Amino acid sequence: MAMSFIWTGMVAISLLCGLATGRGPAVASAAMEGAASAVELCFHMAGVLCLWMGVMEIMRRAGLIELLSRLLRPLLRRLYPAFAGDQKVMDSISANLSANLLGLGNAATPLGIQAAQLMSRRTPGVASDALCMLVVCNTASIQLIPTTVASVRMAAGSAAPFDILPAVWLASGISVAVGMTAAKLCALLWPDPLRRPLRGVS
Amino acid sequence: MELAFTMLVPVLITAVALCGAARQVDVYDALVCGAGDGLGVLLKIIPPLIGLLTAVAMLRASGALELAAQALAPVLTCLGIPPETVGLLLIRPVSGSAALGVGAELIGTYGPDSTIGRTAAVMLGSTETTFYTIAVYFGASGIRKTRYAVPAALCADLAGFIAAAWAVRVLF
Repeated sequence: MAMSFIWTGMVAISLLCGLATGRGPAVASAAMEGAASAVELCFHMAGVLCLWMGVMEIMRRAGLIELLSRLLRPLLRRLYPAFAGDQKVMDSISANLSANLLGLGNAATPLGIQAAQLMSRRTPGVASDALCMLVVCNTASIQLIPTTVASVRMAAGSAAPFDILPAVWLASGISVAVGMTAAKLCALLWPDPLRRPLRGVS
Repeated sequence: MELAFTMLVPVLITAVALCGAARQVDVYDALVCGAGDGLGVLLKIIPPLIGLLTAVAMLRASGALELAAQALAPVLTCLGIPPETVGLLLIRPVSGSAALGVGAELIGTYGPDSTIGRTAAVMLGSTETTFYTIAVYFGASGIRKTRYAVPAALCADLAGFIAAAWAVRVLF
């Protein structure tokens, strides 16, 4: 529903602004060209995007998620101390992170949701510090190879579509670090339902 | 350094194929299945992209995007963010396909290897659709009291945008 408002707003503002600035005809032709450029973009992206999806499927079947999960587990136990002893939760959190790193979004979301559901059992209805951390980590992109963006750049005729990788890693790293720090700081201000029982629950 | 990025694609494909073969995966079948799934993904993003690129093309032609960029330029320049990316900043946390549409339009208009094109690409690659993700995770786990998840996640987004602009300035 939110998108309906946004889209209607975009078109209405364009029309009004175009008429006000005397660019009505330009808006009219843009309305026709935009749709064509969408199909053109997808057409140019299609090959590379499908190739990457194929390569990712090989990674998934080769068990790279499980392999990476095992490497990440010691680190994640520190990040989620409240659930460090819960094998099932740690399994899904580390698999979720691994799938995100490899860019397997379709595999990452169900794993993350599984972790969130298991974690929410301890504090029904309220997000614990650990659950907030999981969600914040999932709202920050940590994909090692941003394939969709690279295929958009390729479709636009970039000389080296992947030359943005170091910049993406740097920006992702900073973004995740800031998100985790913000979550840790906020945790000090909001009492954790895991540590302090809610009123009325004894 | 440049050679490394040029060779990244073939090297990665070969490494993944070898790794798959070593673990007894039917590599070619997996590749073809995955590529087929890719077509499904593309088919799903074409309709929203048609809607959004139409709206973005209209916004650009009407001059509204320039006006918004001018209005927010003082704040954005202060943060080191190119004002031209204002549309991407606003839509990124709300909708993934809309952000892809706005980003692709920026990359196409200013060129993929321009500073603005690169900044848009890095912003797209280093942030996520925050509100959608929060809705999915908390919805699925029945959480109503989200405490500080939204402000903390938006902090990460803002940091991602600033860092993206900074990284492009420093690295290119």
